[in-house]
Amino acid sequence: MSAPVGVVAATGSGRVVPAVLLILLAALPAVANAADLSFATLLMTRVMIYAIAALSLDLILGYGAMVSFGHAAFVGIGAYAIGIASAHDLWEGAITFPLAMLAAGLFALVTGAISLRTRGVYFIMITLAFGQMAYFTASSLSEYGGDDGLTMWAQTEFLGAEPFGDRTTFYYLVLACLAGCFVFLRALVASRFGRVIAGVRENRLRMQAVGFNPYLYQLAAYVIAGMIAGLAGALLANHAEFVSPSYMSWQRSGDLIIMVVLGGMGTLHGAVLGAIAYLMLEEGLSHFTEHWRVIFGPLLILIVLYARGGLGSLLRRGGSDG
Amino acid sequence: MTATLVAVQVLNGLQLGVLLFLVAAGLTLVFGVMDFINLAHGVQYMLGAYLAVTFYGLTGNFFAALVLALLAALAFGLLLEFVVFRHLYDRDHLDQVLATFGVILFLNEGVRIVWGAAPLSYPIPQLLQGTIPLIDGFGYPIYRVAMILSGLATAVLLWFLVTRTRVGMLVRAGATNPRMVSALGVDIRRLFMVVFGFGAMLAGFAGVMSGPILSVEPGMGDGVLILAFVVIVIGGIGSIRGAFVAALIIGLVDTLGRSFMTDIFKAFMAPAAANQVGPAIASMLIYLLMAGVLFFRPTGLFPATGR
Amino acid sequence: MRKVLTAALVAAGMGVGGAAVAAEPLKIGLMGTLSGPPAVLGQHINDGFKLFVEQQGGKLGGRDVEIIVADDELKPDVALTKVKGLLERDKVDFVAGIVFSNILQAVFRPVTESETFLIGANAGTSTFAGKGCSPYFFSTSWQNDQIHEVMGKYAQDKGFKSAFLLTPNYQAGKDSVAGFKRHFKGEVVDEVYTKLGNLDFSAELAKIAAAKPEVVFTFMPGGMGVNLVKQFKQAGLDKNVTFLSAFTVDETTLPATKDDAVGLFSSSQWTPDLDNPANKAFVSAYEAKYGYVPSLYSSQGYDAAQLIDSAVKAVKGDLSDKKAVIAALRKADFASVRGDFKYNTNHFPIQDYYLVKAVKRADGKYATSVVEKVFDDYGDIYAAECSMK
Repeated sequence: MSAPVGVVAATGSGRVVPAVLLILLAALPAVANAADLSFATLLMTRVMIYAIAALSLDLILGYGAMVSFGHAAFVGIGAYAIGIASAHDLWEGAITFPLAMLAAGLFALVTGAISLRTRGVYFIMITLAFGQMAYFTASSLSEYGGDDGLTMWAQTEFLGAEPFGDRTTFYYLVLACLAGCFVFLRALVASRFGRVIAGVRENRLRMQAVGFNPYLYQLAAYVIAGMIAGLAGALLANHAEFVSPSYMSWQRSGDLIIMVVLGGMGTLHGAVLGAIAYLMLEEGLSHFTEHWRVIFGPLLILIVLYARGGLGSLLRRGGSDG
Repeated sequence: MTATLVAVQVLNGLQLGVLLFLVAAGLTLVFGVMDFINLAHGVQYMLGAYLAVTFYGLTGNFFAALVLALLAALAFGLLLEFVVFRHLYDRDHLDQVLATFGVILFLNEGVRIVWGAAPLSYPIPQLLQGTIPLIDGFGYPIYRVAMILSGLATAVLLWFLVTRTRVGMLVRAGATNPRMVSALGVDIRRLFMVVFGFGAMLAGFAGVMSGPILSVEPGMGDGVLILAFVVIVIGGIGSIRGAFVAALIIGLVDTLGRSFMTDIFKAFMAPAAANQVGPAIASMLIYLLMAGVLFFRPTGLFPATGR
Repeated sequence: MRKVLTAALVAAGMGVGGAAVAAEPLKIGLMGTLSGPPAVLGQHINDGFKLFVEQQGGKLGGRDVEIIVADDELKPDVALTKVKGLLERDKVDFVAGIVFSNILQAVFRPVTESETFLIGANAGTSTFAGKGCSPYFFSTSWQNDQIHEVMGKYAQDKGFKSAFLLTPNYQAGKDSVAGFKRHFKGEVVDEVYTKLGNLDFSAELAKIAAAKPEVVFTFMPGGMGVNLVKQFKQAGLDKNVTFLSAFTVDETTLPATKDDAVGLFSSSQWTPDLDNPANKAFVSAYEAKYGYVPSLYSSQGYDAAQLIDSAVKAVKGDLSDKKAVIAALRKADFASVRGDFKYNTNHFPIQDYYLVKAVKRADGKYATSVVEKVFDDYGDIYAAECSMK
């Protein structure tokens, strides 16, 4: 599985695209409110939550060539941590959010330790297996709604304040999380740790020969990705005020992979672009026709055939042409 | 009494396994020989069933519908290969995943537009109706026996093709070392087309055969696709033998798990708790199995060498 | 804060109305599951709903109607985002439809808290019939348990001694078992829960054969039901075991099960051959327009449109006085295609329930047909927990 991805952090588009994205996203609520479309704020909040999950996947998929097909499980575990805490009347985010991330990270640690014995498509399938186990476990939690899911009757508080109650505040909080994760991951992939991860992808034996233990580095990356996905899950639970096993279904894991590949893997901002494009196309096309998938499907094929390296590379090429 | 029940369940497990083998065989060939991840394999299975619905409507004869549907599935598979897949052979796996995912979306929705959202079906042919009495008042349908036999026959045919013919030799060589095969002057494109068309036909065959016992509906291939991937991964990618063994294991484990897991838990648990835990464990049993196999044999049970 | 915001939005929407109210179209968000295998259920509800609107010349209660169709994809968070779009961007007056309980769970709060009317045309979760009931929610179907209760009651009345219960392993399946057992006092020889989306029931059928129950009760909606019915027949179990079902044998699955289902029992509040003038007109118009036999889901969609029509008419097209609209909806002043129909205190119907069976009609199509009435003017047990009076 040779991934034709370079580290673009140093190139021009590596800075320009994220900066433009950040400005656009930051301006959105003001524009939306002015146009009496505060729904757009709500919609973009959800998109950004998925972007956080996609970002975390890009760390292991894009940089480490670890294609996790069970990534939605981390999101779901994060969401369930919040949901189950709320069912026991625990609303304090300073406790529940770290709990959500820890729970997802722990699951990543255990499943990663086993999964990382395998490579390539075998890794894809073993992560799927763990994702499905999480899914079926959540579906059988009948005291927490089982398959129907669990309605949260309020949102997480932070030290007594209710930041998620206000739509715009919620939006900026998610944006801050997204930007924070982005900066953190950007720093991570540029660090020695990140270079080892990328090095293992290119040539495992050489990294071993130089004295690194590839397994431990990959496992650490896997756990970090799991924790960030858990954060996305915690936000998602508050956004929907509802948690459901369907957050963990394999289709959702597939959606996340599609987002990363669509946007261009191994660039981080590609994952964000991919999440935005995927969810906005779905939203836009489904308004246009009930049968939007007959348009969306061929569109994906065309993107693969004619935009190698995803949407991010399309932007890059467009930029260098102009 | 219990022995009969177990026997029936073993037969059921075999029948599920054979069905999975039909789908997985094509998938593992395409993956093994062409190094191509074809997520659209599941919708090709679905399409086989839908085509049979239409041809059954036209001819009123199951076997005529079977033949016509197989030809149409082959033609459609080749069309897909020509329009989409052949441009993806030298691409990254994830590009293939994205593009074939696009094919899934398109075909699942296309089928809904053409045939409607409601489940469809066609009857078991007259010849294969009826049951073989097993337990008092419960017969094993002859059609299911026919399914098991046709699956076994396909397995034998595949074994013959792969081990005893020139194309089969190339396929085996291709699964081990595709570059070498192409360097030997074999038209690798033609070989790919043959393998792909054959895989599409096998998936279509599985679809046609399941039509009389399963409902024909949009999205029916998605779950089967995932199971087929489980099968080829457990079996070892590119290995027909591995796919066959793994398909039977999965079929048996899933069926026997569903039948007896809850009862086993009831032996040492309160019935209410067993009713909660049993089905959950039964549902994830094959995934536990896959994780277990990959833990001990990270490239499946019968890894094709050189990969 | 959000409540205030949405309330303000709704108020703003209303303010624009006022005098010009009749000129603005009545906006209805029709939300249902329209993708994946269960898409057929959403399709039937929407077809029924749209048929009535079309019969009224594109109007309900004298106002032009704009229908915005939304597909919830059977994903609760997708449903939530889409319903918020309907409420805030499209500013709909009504949200109607909703096929599945988990989707209703997800959208119930945002819709009712924004004081928009929610007309449930299928899912009837116990929470919203009882403690969680809302003045803004009205059902044109049933409370989930009731359909299953019909079967339990029938099995009890007929003196069946032993039953085998088979449902998917999810909440609605467990509710169905509870509903069946409420009236059935015989022996339950086994309860089997299958994986949701289970395709092959051969393992379960063998267990049934071994357990030798007098009846099997099952709840297997959609494609699962098709598979079960076909395989039940193919195994020859129909000769010794009475097949009782809920949401398994109906007009959404009969086109696939055909003769295999004929003679099998189900329960419903409606069938195509129910003898009343409104129903006769509905069924013949529906079959003429869509070319297939309507199901109970279609009838629920049709009645949802009728209900909205009656209320909008009663308030003369002016929806600004919400209390008046609620009062008008509560009267259910329309000729339901199921005959008797009135609202309970929890805004779920009080209606008759029938034992029905699948038949092949003279024209070669398959439909359900009434066998006998099991409950007369029956309300659900959760109404007592609902604080609305």
